[in-house]
Amino acid sequence: MVKEIERKLPVVHMCTIVPISQTVGANRIVPTIAIPHPLGDPSRTPEEEKALRRGLVERALKALQTEITEQTVFTE
Amino acid sequence: MAYRIVHYINQFYAGIGGEEKADYQPEIREGVVGPGMALKAAFKGEAEIVATVICGDSYFASNMDEASAKILGMMKEYKPDAFIAGPAFNAGRYGTACGAMCDAVSKAFGIPVISGMYPENPGVEMYRKSAWIIETPDSAAGMRKAVPAMAKLALKLLKGESVGKPSEEGYIERGIRKNMFYEKLAAERCVDMFTAKIKGEPFETEYVMPVFDRVDPQPAVKDIKHAVIALVTSGGICPKGNPDHIEASSASKFGEYDITGVNDLTSEKYCTAHGGYDATYADQDADRVLPVDVMRDLEREGAIGKLHNKFYTTVGNGTAVANAKKFGAEIANRLVADGVTAVILTST
Repeated sequence: MVKEIERKLPVVHMCTIVPISQTVGANRIVPTIAIPHPLGDPSRTPEEEKALRRGLVERALKALQTEITEQTVFTE
Repeated sequence: MAYRIVHYINQFYAGIGGEEKADYQPEIREGVVGPGMALKAAFKGEAEIVATVICGDSYFASNMDEASAKILGMMKEYKPDAFIAGPAFNAGRYGTACGAMCDAVSKAFGIPVISGMYPENPGVEMYRKSAWIIETPDSAAGMRKAVPAMAKLALKLLKGESVGKPSEEGYIERGIRKNMFYEKLAAERCVDMFTAKIKGEPFETEYVMPVFDRVDPQPAVKDIKHAVIALVTSGGICPKGNPDHIEASSASKFGEYDITGVNDLTSEKYCTAHGGYDATYADQDADRVLPVDVMRDLEREGAIGKLHNKFYTTVGNGTAVANAKKFGAEIANRLVADGVTAVILTST
């Protein structure tokens, strides 16, 4: 899916298993927390969890604003 | 004396549990567990499964380096002559784990490593060069076909017998080139293939060209403060009750849902249709997979122009690549038509 979208629009793939994303061919990749809750962490308080999610989404927006020429994993 | 085999399986095939146990930490048990029984029968006494490694799929996928190091340590004392992982069929995390373990074992112990997967399993593309991967059907219904082929290839490798072409032995092409002598000269063989091709007759190439299916990255978003950002997910988030009946695995469709005025995905109104991961956390709070709450905050603060008023969802669980491709292309067309600038796609 990510590749077909990339043919038309910039897309960032947020996922936990980065090697699969790389194999599939996503270009902008943001690693996430865990498979059943990529953008959350049930062990934290709701406030902490939302702050964590916001940090990851902000990283994704940063990835979308970054010019790249090859597959790039955005770890910060 | 029988050859010593260590077998790798996941928590499901070990009978420990399904997705709720996918975080199961690696352990090793003496002897045969689960599908090892069928392997044992196929070896007919020529090889023996001395130990079985069991590891949860999510645990492995989330801690690949740590898990493989731990498992290598556990395996050492069993002095294996060969390592067999799976078969994983079309289970993505399981296939990745089988492939990664084959790769690690081959590097650490220098012994033959064999697995079994469906060609679309992501573990194939990642590890087909590291391991002998027998081509299997896409589900465990193919166990009876997969196991004898894996056992046969394992014995061949253990005995040092020469291994034939992928089509003869049933394994997935590894990208290995072998020099061979033919009766006919290359030029003659080439013309034979060419004439067969124009006659519409079957022919087999001697060197399969690799297929590189890459898409160039799109230029970066220049003006994020005026951009319309859409959310797409393969994590199956949908309105509660899954109104379009998106399948829990092998999805044949995607859903499009309006989120005008929705500021938060609550457990009263949203859930996941996905059957390939423990749904507890997504059902409690679907923002953990599809971050609508945070996107609304960013929209309100002016950090982005707008969150697109529709999100797109499917279940990425054993979904055929051809279907995923079709969904992606259709979603992209609709997003472009709606004036969307860029996409955040989340996967579980």
